[in-house]
Formats: sequence, structure tokens, C-alpha cells
Amino acid sequence: MAVKNNGDNGSAPVVSLRAIKKIYQMGDVEVQALRGVDIDIYPGEMVAIMGPSGSGKSTLMNIIGCLDVPTEGWYEIDGKDVSRLKDDQLAAIRNHKIGFVFQSFNLLPRTTALANVELPLIYGGVGGRQRRKRAEEALRLVGLGDRLDHKPNELSGGQQQRVAIARALVNEPSLILADEPTGNLDTKTSIEIMELFQRLNHERGITIVFVTHNPETAEYCHRVVRVRDGLVESDITRQATAGIFANGSQAQSVNGHAAPLVQEQGI
Amino acid sequence: MKVVEAMRIALRALAANKLRSILTMLGIIIGVGAVIALMSIGRGVEKYVTDQFAGLGSNLLFVAPGQISDGPPTLRANPVKSLTLGDMQAIGDRSRVPHVSRVAADFQTRTTVERNGKSVTVQANATTPSYPNVRSWKTTLGAYFSELDAEERQRVVLLGADTYEELFPNGEYPIDQIVQVNGMNFRVIGVMESKGGGPGGNLDKSVFLPLTTAQDRLFKQKNPNGEYKVSVIYASIDEADNIPLAQEEIAQLMRERRGIKYLDQDDFSIISQNDLISVFGDILGALTIFLGAIAAISLLVGGIGIMNIMLVSVTERTREIGLRKAVGAKRADVLIQFLIEAMVLAAVGGIIGVTLGWGLARGVSTLFGEFQAVVGADAVIISLVVATAVGLFFGIFPAYRASRLNPIDALRYE
Repeated sequence: MAVKNNGDNGSAPVVSLRAIKKIYQMGDVEVQALRGVDIDIYPGEMVAIMGPSGSGKSTLMNIIGCLDVPTEGWYEIDGKDVSRLKDDQLAAIRNHKIGFVFQSFNLLPRTTALANVELPLIYGGVGGRQRRKRAEEALRLVGLGDRLDHKPNELSGGQQQRVAIARALVNEPSLILADEPTGNLDTKTSIEIMELFQRLNHERGITIVFVTHNPETAEYCHRVVRVRDGLVESDITRQATAGIFANGSQAQSVNGHAAPLVQEQGI
Repeated sequence: MKVVEAMRIALRALAANKLRSILTMLGIIIGVGAVIALMSIGRGVEKYVTDQFAGLGSNLLFVAPGQISDGPPTLRANPVKSLTLGDMQAIGDRSRVPHVSRVAADFQTRTTVERNGKSVTVQANATTPSYPNVRSWKTTLGAYFSELDAEERQRVVLLGADTYEELFPNGEYPIDQIVQVNGMNFRVIGVMESKGGGPGGNLDKSVFLPLTTAQDRLFKQKNPNGEYKVSVIYASIDEADNIPLAQEEIAQLMRERRGIKYLDQDDFSIISQNDLISVFGDILGALTIFLGAIAAISLLVGGIGIMNIMLVSVTERTREIGLRKAVGAKRADVLIQFLIEAMVLAAVGGIIGVTLGWGLARGVSTLFGEFQAVVGADAVIISLVVATAVGLFFGIFPAYRASRLNPIDALRYE
């Protein structure tokens, strides 16, 4: 099993999965969704986890996102073992370490952008004034400084996803986990959103993991992990081929060596 | 999560579905509204009646033929041996009943009173001259008849306040005017102070005449020995503390006079104001239980409505719950959020109900005018606390369900 680390990055991994297995009991049948996955993701990486449906990709995302725990194996996030935590402990980890971005945005309706972004801070116990300040900051960072009091139904799809990204950023998590973040957006908006991710990754060193079956999303990442049948099929680090680092003159790959994008599998 | 946050979320969720929220609250609104309205009216009536009893005269005992439990005289199967003026004199004898300071007697019957062709049917109270004194009652015009008037069987009459208004609609000076009582000419010598309705009928719609005149000339109600019959004997007791003792003594005297054998039941009643108030209290108690039952049923129904709508709400907001959990909400956070939502729903319903009940009580008391509805702070507080508790109780199950949702499934829920 190939585990390729971000060679030139000497720091400890943000995400460290070792021999992760996830077995579901479906009636009398045992389904092995993950059959021994090892992945390390280092600070500042922008990784796409790809795979067809049924590959175990979603299960992997749930485990990385601390929404679920593995049946076997070890998972450390920022050096903390989270593989055997209880529900409420996982909730605390999600609150402090992980920012989620979903395909369908998942903003609270009838609630302002600001209030939506404040949500993780509320559960993190941050006080009102501090909360507002940080939420405003996060919204400015995603270019919505002038839309603080807009409600989701007053925002375009791209703007809604920006609010969601601001919400993911606001707790300064170790990791942003984005599940098909452009799935509900048109091409032009998708490019804007992916470039926003790239900028956040590049300028702020935020670690971002995409879970997607969309090859275009993967083109923005410098590392692509392919999952198939519950195993890591390939883990390739190369230069991003789309977005702000796409043309050669701008190339400033994090890892220093580029790899060709592997041919997509049909989904 | 802070309770304030949860309340804000709850209010927003309720405002988002106004019609549904109102319909959900309806059970609570009706329950609380009914309780507040009826309790306020009940208290108003209670106060009014208590005032009326107080107006009967202090430390008063009523002696009447028959047992109260037999029902009103007109409904009795067997005629009861009536009381007589002699009974009154015996009760007034201080050597027999030392604690009685004054006595009066009253024979009551329906009669017609006419003046200038205008005729009214009222209650005639044929009394002893001591009557107004014993009942602490004053005249607004003229004076009550005297011992001499009674002895001479004078044809004099005093009018109750309402009777005066009906017979003298233009407010003419009534003294020395002639009215026909039961077809016989009587001279008006006074008008009684208004007393309002009370136990024993509305005394403002009455006339008052000497017992002697009435029984010798008008109604001629005497017993076989030629003694005047009376309906009620009033006995003023010197001290409130002596009332039970006096009651005992009068009972003994009456049993002797009426020849009631040992172990046989009294065929008369001696009623104190306290007895009347406690009878009224029993009625009020029954009413309270009835109200409580109404309230309990509508709160139960309201609570089930809340539970129902909260379950719907939890299902509808599965994704929201999933998201909240994904960004760090713990089980307790979600539980508290939905509990508070249910409680806010119930409490808002309670507040609307209180307002409604208050308005209703005010409306009723304005309509009848005779009493003032009393909206007690205790009733309001208890209603609101109970309503909120109902919300809490019926919110537990939906909130528990919400808190147990798996964030992965919840986020995927369509």
C-alpha cells in the first residue's frame, strides 16, 4: 500500500490513519467498507480523496471528519488519538479541529450569514462579541464582508458556499473537509470556489481535504488519493493542474515535484 | 450552549411557522384561558357573595323550619311545622338563651303592590320592629315602623330600593303616599337602603310591613293556637365566640318547644353566616375541581399537540440537527434546544391564554357589573408554570430523539 508523504514537509501529520477498517453489519452480512487504510496528511496540504461510489470514500470521509469511528485501526488528528472516542467527545473534536463544507451548503435557513458562521463558535463556547468579530473576519476572508446580514435565500449558490467555507474556517480548524463542494454549482462558480480554496490553502496554509468523484476538483489539488474497494489504490503527489497555479510561470507547488494526473476512472 | 441562544433559536423557529405554532398552542391557550377566566370570575363572585353575607348582619343566626338538606321549602315532600312568633320570643328570652342579644322574625310571601295602576309582584317581609336592627339595615328615607305601629296593627309599609324605583319612577317623595298591598291600602313610611341580591333573594325587590298587621289583616297565617307563623327567626349573638354555644342552646330550646323526641332529628335548622359561607365554599370547591378537570384535559391535549408538532419539527429539521452536530453540538446541546423550543411554545401559549382569559373575565364583569373579576397573580403564575411544565414534559421525547440522531444520517437526510 503506497503511502506518499509530503516529502519536504518536516512537521507531524495533521491526519494520520493507520490500518483503518470499517465493518458494517447489514443483517447477517458483514460489509467491509474500509479494509485497512493508511494515509498521512500534513499541514498545508490540499488533497483530493477520489473514488467511485461504493469505494469506501464516504466512510473514509466520515472517519476523517470524526463523524464516525473505525472498527479497527488508529486515527490521530493533530497527534491526538480519536479512534475510540464517544459521541460527545467526537463532537468536541469536530468543533475544534475540523471545518466541514458540504455539497448542499447546509446553511440554516432564515438565519443571517453572520449567524450561520457563528454557529461553531456558539458550540465552542465563544462569547458573543468575540464570536461576532471572528465570524465577520471569516466572512471577509471569503469575500462576503458586505453580505453579513443576508439570509441564505438572499444569496447565490456560490455566495452560500462561501458562507459555508467561512463557517468551516471560523474555528481555525486543523483541517477543512469538503464533500463535493462544487456539486451544486455551475462551472464558473465552481472555478471561483475552487480558487478560493486554493488561495486559503496557499496564503493561509490551511489543510484541505476534498472528497469527490469529480476529476475537475482533483485538478486543483497537488495530491490525489484514490480509493477503491475499501483500499487506497493510488496516492499521487504532483502539481495542481487547474486554478491559480495552473500555468507554468505561476507554478509554486508545495511539494516541489509534479506528477501527471492519472486517467479518471468511470463513475 | 447558552440557554439564551437556545431561546433565540426557538423563537425564530416558532416565528417561521406562525400559523402552525398558533394551532399547536391552541390547546394550551384554551386551557389556560379558561382557567384564568373562570378563576377570575369565580373569585369575583366569591368576593361579592362574601360581602353580601357580611351585609347580613354580624354574629347572626338564622332559624328556619326544616333541614337545609331537604332543599328549598317549595320542593319539600312533607309540609314542615312552621315557626311562630312564640318561638322568637322564647329564643329572645335571656334566661333561656343567655347569649342572644336581639331577635327578629320575618314572614315571607309573594304579594302584589300597586300604585296609580302600576302593579309589581314582590316579596313581602312581614317582620317584627326589631328586624332592621338585627340585620344592620338602615332606611334611606323615613324610619322603620315602631313597636307602637306593630301593636296598633298600623297599615304602614316600607319599600325596598328597587320597589321604590318601580313604583315611583319619577323619584317622587314617597312618604305618606298610599300603595295597595294585596289590594289593601298601606301608607308608605320609608324606603330601605339598597342591599343588592344575596342569599334569600333580592331584598331590594321587597316591601316590609309589620308582622302583626300582615297576619291579622293580609295573609292571616296563624297556627292552630292562633300564634303568628314566621318564616325565619334572626338571633343576634353577643360575641362571635359564643355562636356555637348559642346554636346549641337554641337547638335545645326548639326541640323542647316542638316536642321532638330523643334521637329524633331536628325539624328546623339553625344556620350561621359561617355555615352559609361554607356551603358556598363547597359549591366553589366543586367548581374548582371541575375547572381543574377542564384545565387538565386541555393541557393534556395541548401537550400532545406540542409533542406531535415537535416530532414533525425534529423530522423536518433533521439536516439542521445533523449540521449542528457536525460543527460541534453535543447531545445535550440538541436536547436543550428542542426542550426549550417546546417550553417556549407552551409558555407563549400560556401567555396568550392568560391574556385571553383576562380579557374574558373583564368582559364578563363589565357585562354584569355587579361584581369585579379578580385576576390573581398566583393564578397567572401557576398557569404559566404549569403550561411550561407541560411543554417540558411533552418535549422530552422529541428532544431526546433529536439528540440521538446520527449526524451522518442526519446530514444525508432529504
